[in-house]
Amino acid sequence: MATNRIARAGGMALGGVLLAWGAAARADFALNMTPGVTAISREVYDLHMLIFWICVAIGCVVFGVMFWSIYHHRKSRGAVPAQFHESTVVEIVWTVVPMLILISMAVPATKTLVRMADASEAELTIKVTGYQWRWRYDYLNEGIGFYSTLSTPQAQINAAAAKDEHYLLAVDQPLVVPVGKKIRILTTAADVIHSWWVPALGWKRDAIPGFINESWTLIEQPGVYRGQCAELCGKDHGFMPVVVEALPEAEYRQWLAKMREKNGQKTAQTTSGVKTL
Amino acid sequence: MSTVSSSHDLEHGHAEPPRGLTRWLITTNHKDIGTLYLLFSLTMFFIGGAMALIIRAELFQPGLQIVDPHFFNQMTTMHALVMIFGAVMPAFVGLANWLIPMMIGAPDMALPRMNNWSFWIMPFAFTLLLSTLFMPGGGPAGGWTLYPPLVLQTGQAFPFVILAIHMMGASSIMGAINIIATILNLRAPGMTLMKMPLFVWTWLITAYLLIAVMPVLAGAVTMLLTDKFFGTSFFNAGGGGDPVMFQHIFWFFGHPEVYIMILPAFGIISMIIPTFARKPLFGYASMVYATASIAFLSFIVWAHHMFTVGMPLAGELFFMYATMLIAVPTGVKVFNWVSTMWRGAMTFETPMLFAIAFVILFTIGGFSGLMLAIAPADFQYHDTYFVVAHFHYVLVPGAVFSIMAAAYYWLPKWTGHMYDEKLGKLHFWLSVIGVNVLFFPQHFLGLAGMPRRIPDYALQFTEFNMISTVGAFLFGFSQLLFAYNVIQTIRGGAKATDQVWEGAHGLEWTLSSPPPYHTFTTAPEVK
Repeated sequence: MATNRIARAGGMALGGVLLAWGAAARADFALNMTPGVTAISREVYDLHMLIFWICVAIGCVVFGVMFWSIYHHRKSRGAVPAQFHESTVVEIVWTVVPMLILISMAVPATKTLVRMADASEAELTIKVTGYQWRWRYDYLNEGIGFYSTLSTPQAQINAAAAKDEHYLLAVDQPLVVPVGKKIRILTTAADVIHSWWVPALGWKRDAIPGFINESWTLIEQPGVYRGQCAELCGKDHGFMPVVVEALPEAEYRQWLAKMREKNGQKTAQTTSGVKTL
Repeated sequence: MSTVSSSHDLEHGHAEPPRGLTRWLITTNHKDIGTLYLLFSLTMFFIGGAMALIIRAELFQPGLQIVDPHFFNQMTTMHALVMIFGAVMPAFVGLANWLIPMMIGAPDMALPRMNNWSFWIMPFAFTLLLSTLFMPGGGPAGGWTLYPPLVLQTGQAFPFVILAIHMMGASSIMGAINIIATILNLRAPGMTLMKMPLFVWTWLITAYLLIAVMPVLAGAVTMLLTDKFFGTSFFNAGGGGDPVMFQHIFWFFGHPEVYIMILPAFGIISMIIPTFARKPLFGYASMVYATASIAFLSFIVWAHHMFTVGMPLAGELFFMYATMLIAVPTGVKVFNWVSTMWRGAMTFETPMLFAIAFVILFTIGGFSGLMLAIAPADFQYHDTYFVVAHFHYVLVPGAVFSIMAAAYYWLPKWTGHMYDEKLGKLHFWLSVIGVNVLFFPQHFLGLAGMPRRIPDYALQFTEFNMISTVGAFLFGFSQLLFAYNVIQTIRGGAKATDQVWEGAHGLEWTLSSPPPYHTFTTAPEVK
């Protein structure tokens, strides 16, 4: 009886490993960070891959030595324990070598960090405000603003309807931005802390009530980029996605004109809406 | 004649423990209190584990199936609080209680009555904490990090949670004071600081960390309390405060707390590997210095938990560099363990298996930690399942495996019985497979963009979540084997020798198995 149960548990574990193996072999879903669609996101991706391969290399050396030792230096193979310990030379080497590796990591990381911090000379400024549980986007120089709310129907969440392709990652009104322009993004929040994140842009930034954080991005390819709130913000934290639609300049202008027209009709409504919230 | 014998009885009246429940209630004996701590920790491990299984069951597939999002958030919050303050920390305190006096040749802990009190606070603190789940508005649901303003939206549970945290903090501080007092005052003649077993050294340093940071946590949660009930605005921008200041204070506690949960583990592993490699630890002194360096660095890296809050560039650079530096002393430790194994004569009993798994899997957690230290990359990793995978690798196959290794290693000494080696090995293999199936796919989920603390997720995350859940149930249920094995060993089994393990060295192995109720009433001489 007990062995039966054990065999079943073992089989389950084996199944899990094989499943992981099979899943890794499939290429149609993500396994790794995206290189993204901005120069910064590619730098971040490169940093990520660099540190990843450094870790893999160190791991191979350390675990290689360890497994060799586990195989050869076992009592059942008649190994006789050596009694050596302490060696100043060895200890200096394994302190200094990691230091050098770290410095070689810190240099490119510092460069990228400095570039990410420079939000000057942006051509467009958008204020992103987090609410429980939706986002609001205000185009500060264009005089338009709107809320962006999850559009996945509740029926899909409760499994009463089939889930569509962009389940939980679709909104009623996405943030529309032009490609090829440096955009300054100011994040803040109206109630609790949220975090605005689009993986394809290469960063996330907290939206903090009473404070404004500054970030920037410059999207190179037109497309729809999806992300989510990344800071726990209450009951519906998992249900306030971010959708960014990057359009070529001309199409963006058209969208802007249309929005201004629509917005002009209901400016009064929107502002009063903000106040009551 | 009778007077003589009764005065004799009085003198040795404490030679045997009193019987019944009162023994455990009023005990001041370090062995009894150690046992209480360890059994309490095991109970909390199963309670926190059940919460984790609720989380993983909900995440088995997309959509909301089992719990509503608010209850899901209560589970993530409570799982963390129960596991950190109820399972891992008390387990290490329990080990310290059992082992430190026996390792340094002391008759008991220096402050035995306080010892009793610091344990007995814990069941009350956790009854209070767990009872909040049944209060109007439910338990805390803002994450164990208690970030305002969100945490201030907690229902009636809020003040009870704060009080429970204060009680845990008081217990921890008293435990730490006791450990420091014991180590500094009660060492046997000849037991100089640099002769102390590494478990004692790592606990000495851990105890200082506890005394330094638990009051900081107490201050932070008290400010939350006054913000909520007494009109202060420490963390409210509308009143001139700053919600991010809470994060700075919290993580000034929180980061050393991480090391509080791993330094004693380093100590345990540094004792087990030499025993089963039958070879002295490669660099005893460098291990001590590395532990001290890690403890020092733990105070100047806290803001790497908050790279995305919008710190000035100089701040982000400082915390990035300081965090990367931790890799150096941590590396020294790993290299030391590997060189201890090198050219030893190894055998692979259950404690050694857990110790080896610790070294490998903790190092994997260290690698992801190094990746997280790179601030620009952290802007992507932060608050995703990559972080969840990282800290679970250092906490579960890290801290928890070390506790299990310790339990198997010293259980024969404590009980006088050998545990069932076959069952122990089975438990090990199921745990090590389960824990990897559980947490390894979470790296992929995080990198692919899945945020943490969400009850439902987009479709591209389905496969890895399913695998992770399968691993969770495998790991969770295999822990029943551990509980069964421990209970069976307490009840009986093959008689253990005094030395138990062929390669074991140290004062605790000179005692009989099980040791008498009072040990080292006369201090041993250490050469």
